[in-house]
Amino acid sequence: MNVVGELFLEFALLSFVAFGGATALLPEMHRVVVENHHWLDDTTFTHLYAIAQAAPGPNVLVVTLIGWEVAGLAGALAATLAMCLPMSVVIYLLIDRWEGFAGKRWQKAISLGVAPLAVGLIFSGATLIAQAAEFGWAAWALVAVTTAVNLRTKLHPLWLIATGAALGLLGLV
Amino acid sequence: MLTATTPDTQSRPDLRALFLGFSAVGLSGFGGVLPFVRRMLVDQKRWLSGEEFNALLGLCQFLPGPNVINLAVLVGKRYRGVPGAIVAPLGLLAGPLVVVLLLAMLYDHYGDLPRVQSMLRGIAAVGVGLLFATAWRMGMAVRDKPLFLPFSLLTVTAIAWLRWPMPIVMVAGLLLSGGVAWWKLGRK
Repeated sequence: MNVVGELFLEFALLSFVAFGGATALLPEMHRVVVENHHWLDDTTFTHLYAIAQAAPGPNVLVVTLIGWEVAGLAGALAATLAMCLPMSVVIYLLIDRWEGFAGKRWQKAISLGVAPLAVGLIFSGATLIAQAAEFGWAAWALVAVTTAVNLRTKLHPLWLIATGAALGLLGLV
Repeated sequence: MLTATTPDTQSRPDLRALFLGFSAVGLSGFGGVLPFVRRMLVDQKRWLSGEEFNALLGLCQFLPGPNVINLAVLVGKRYRGVPGAIVAPLGLLAGPLVVVLLLAMLYDHYGDLPRVQSMLRGIAAVGVGLLFATAWRMGMAVRDKPLFLPFSLLTVTAIAWLRWPMPIVMVAGLLLSGGVAWWKLGRK
């Protein structure tokens, strides 16, 4: 199979476990794209993550960037479609029955049960990006300050991203 | 300002309105567009009431996949069936897709420059900080922490440390964690 087809299949499979959205998929995307297929190296992966952070729009677009770097425009479209299409079809078919099972015990059990897993996935994504980027002490300091500022203040994340970009440009990170 | 007498579902958007409405919010959010989508749907266009929005979002968050895309599918379906369900998410994605691809082309040209690399490194560090903050916030929102947060720890061990494939980890994790939740819900 060609790369575009493989990309489509891999991301379509991932879309079925994307509890917590595309952000929760970062560790698995890294595993599939960097470790299994060697489509990208660690550095490019972290760069794409950074570009997606700095761009407006839904979080899912990091998938588009990965697709682009792996297989150009066809790759970008295939990866995006694979991530969005399967669950779109499922949700289209399911919405009319949602009233019937919303609030049922098994539905509540899944909602409660999935939340701690999503926490673990996002935490894993953060550690994997940090590992892949081989952060030194200055970068870790920036990570810590960002976490604290974001939790303690209402400062818009865009200011933090701009600060990160500036510190990087100055060669301080 | 709209008058208070305007009914909640005053207008039935056509395909063009759906596409344009979602395009307008697609480019507005950094790190997630959901708050902007809510404002557009509930406050500005009044295509959904607040409760309807919460109900639809409930289903989108219950299922895997990009929540905001799924929400656009549902709003599109509600007003225009299959064509609406295609056009609404396309509107949401079209603008940001072009921006992201332009950035990718810039990266292909200038990504090798040391300055660009160190700038992206700075942004990645901030991104990692934001992810830790998100994980923390979500962790604090988990109910019955002593019971459920160990499952977060197990997920981190399996995914970040052992590097097990996520589909297996999620199925096993959901059986365990969902099983505990099922048991807990039955005890009340």
